[in-house]
Amino acid sequence: MSKYYLNYLDELESEAIYILREVWAQFENPVILFSGGKDSILVTHLAKKAFYPSKIPFALMHVDTGHNFPETIQFRNDLVEKLGVKLIVGSVQDSIDQGRVAEEKGKNATRNALQITTLLDAIETNKVDCAIGGGRRDEEKARAKERFFSHRDDFGQWDPKNQRPELWNLLNGKHFEGEHFRAFPISNWTEMDVWNYIKRENISIPSLYYAHEREVVFRSNSWIPVSEYLKLEEGEKVEKKKIRFRTLGDITITGGIESDADTLEKIALEVSAMRKTERGDRSDDKRSETAMEDRKKQGYF
Amino acid sequence: MEINNNQLLRFTTAGSVDDGKSTLIGRLLFDSKSIFEDQLESVSNTSAKKGHDGVDLALFTDGLKDEREQGITIDVAYRYFTTPKRKFIIADTPGHIQYTRNMVTGASTANAAVILIDARHGVIEQTKRHSFIASLLNIPHLIVCINKMDLVDYSEEVYNNIIGQFEEFSSKLLMKDVRFIPISALLGDNVVNRSKNMDWYQEGTLLSTLEKLHISSDINKIDARFAVQTVLRPQNEDFRDYRGYAGRIASGIYRVGDEVAVLPSGFQSKIKSINAGEKEVKEAYAPMSVSITLEDDIDVSRGNMIVKQNNQPEQEQEFDVMLCWLNNDPIKPRAKYTIMHTSNEERAMVKEVVYKMNINTFERDSEDATLEMNDIARVKIRTTRRLMLDSYRDNRNTGSIILIDENTNETVAAGMII
Repeated sequence: MSKYYLNYLDELESEAIYILREVWAQFENPVILFSGGKDSILVTHLAKKAFYPSKIPFALMHVDTGHNFPETIQFRNDLVEKLGVKLIVGSVQDSIDQGRVAEEKGKNATRNALQITTLLDAIETNKVDCAIGGGRRDEEKARAKERFFSHRDDFGQWDPKNQRPELWNLLNGKHFEGEHFRAFPISNWTEMDVWNYIKRENISIPSLYYAHEREVVFRSNSWIPVSEYLKLEEGEKVEKKKIRFRTLGDITITGGIESDADTLEKIALEVSAMRKTERGDRSDDKRSETAMEDRKKQGYF
Repeated sequence: MEINNNQLLRFTTAGSVDDGKSTLIGRLLFDSKSIFEDQLESVSNTSAKKGHDGVDLALFTDGLKDEREQGITIDVAYRYFTTPKRKFIIADTPGHIQYTRNMVTGASTANAAVILIDARHGVIEQTKRHSFIASLLNIPHLIVCINKMDLVDYSEEVYNNIIGQFEEFSSKLLMKDVRFIPISALLGDNVVNRSKNMDWYQEGTLLSTLEKLHISSDINKIDARFAVQTVLRPQNEDFRDYRGYAGRIASGIYRVGDEVAVLPSGFQSKIKSINAGEKEVKEAYAPMSVSITLEDDIDVSRGNMIVKQNNQPEQEQEFDVMLCWLNNDPIKPRAKYTIMHTSNEERAMVKEVVYKMNINTFERDSEDATLEMNDIARVKIRTTRRLMLDSYRDNRNTGSIILIDENTNETVAAGMII
């Protein structure tokens, strides 16, 4: 075999860098949607490579539910300082205070769906014409249909049945005033690819991904962290467990798994043996068969 | 799993309704242990709700709400699985509505196409259509799976007859590497595991064939082509004079010291440095994303192409293209469209429809000048300025174009330069 071929991680990296550079070339004011989770950290890392030795030419935009892991916010602030990029925060709390959205009521109330309004408001007020996300097609069946360049109408909505065909490497980012795009440079990565790459590149990620001792409550088949926002229900008891998180979202809905994986090697090994998808521990996706599709159509990440 | 040098193989699947395409993909995912417990549980529940016995493998590829309700696939969906030998990306394209549009989309980046034939029906119109598109899109490897062998008593004769039918019509198509595999997606014969019912078949299963396809020579290594996406000019002390031309190598190999020309200006220079991310490298090749600096300070911008002085593409303003129409609105005669080609963008006009292909009979119709959704035709295109072109047969990346309607911004056509 000739030596002039790329292995799969290098090919995925090259594809992602190509897409990030296309975003920069085709849009006026793109941002990276940054949640503090591993996928948006990976996208930021790839952006650093794509524009080296220049600085990352995108601001990071964080949609803050107000229900954060403190570790995530610390990590975000450190990274922004290190990279010298601008941070834009869209606050769900502000949206609530302004009466733009109302808190959900009931037992499983979360601020997950409320993020849509905050996100679309932040996109509009900051005149963002392309929001780069860390969404992957292997995550969820609605996401499997996403394009690299995904059009959003002037209400921020996604029309999955009427998407622009995307052929070869030719990405069409043309849009009218008021419309915007979402770009997904790591569409073709799986959870395993992400971990293998993080391990290979030794990318720093929030401590929450590593196994650590934490006070938790067992709810809907996973360990929900105790926080000031968590309301204990009858029969639930607080326990101390060694856990880690496979995904990071709103602290009220992100469940951890019991684990001893405290290094990137151990995490990658553990993930390769996993028998459940990573979003299996996210109660936002468990609400219905089409929970993600419904949210995405309205403008969710 | 250790990080390794495994390659990535992209393939597309095509079959008509009820050929068992979704079942095949479900079987590949299931038998290669790429299905997770919660996915299995969800599919088992749905299977039970629908009154199926056991797990309906086809449900693993269900996507959008409408697709589940109507039991159809509307749009290309991408699936992923990994074996110890390779990582795979499946572009799962629907068999019926908008078949050409979706199959062309899925095929455009594929290393291989898997075409399904129902053993009971043999080669039908859709088989010819799918094979034609695979050949048109120059997919390097074609794997024809004769499915539902369990329903024809695993008969070698039936299998050989279908191969005969296939070879008869496909002799008119340009295809380099065609293989045939008798399978039963439903029961798993020869998909991942070798069939116990077909001793007469000694070649590999579908998965082992996909694992062994030789794909590293599919990329053109001879003609070096590098389209500039953007120019990197860092505003910091350490790199004050750095002017890096960023892009993804479309084909060929570039080395520091190479004598290059920048098109369309034709200015000549030498490669001073190549960067892959933070790392400086001595040589780089397709499909790497790199940034290149030149010895001389010349004007280079997005859309320009850096090539070797002794190997240059054609520069044309008028050229012939096999065009697939992808939009509900038919072509507007002599209307202006935006053409995208590599990182270049110009305005273009379809001057003439030379002939339209009947993709069921492979006959050419030079009377009909209309182009509607799913039509394929040879056309003459004229652009406002010259483009740096290769033929699609030689180079998928520099031989492909799309047309965009300036009124709607939609991608309305995809073309392969002849």
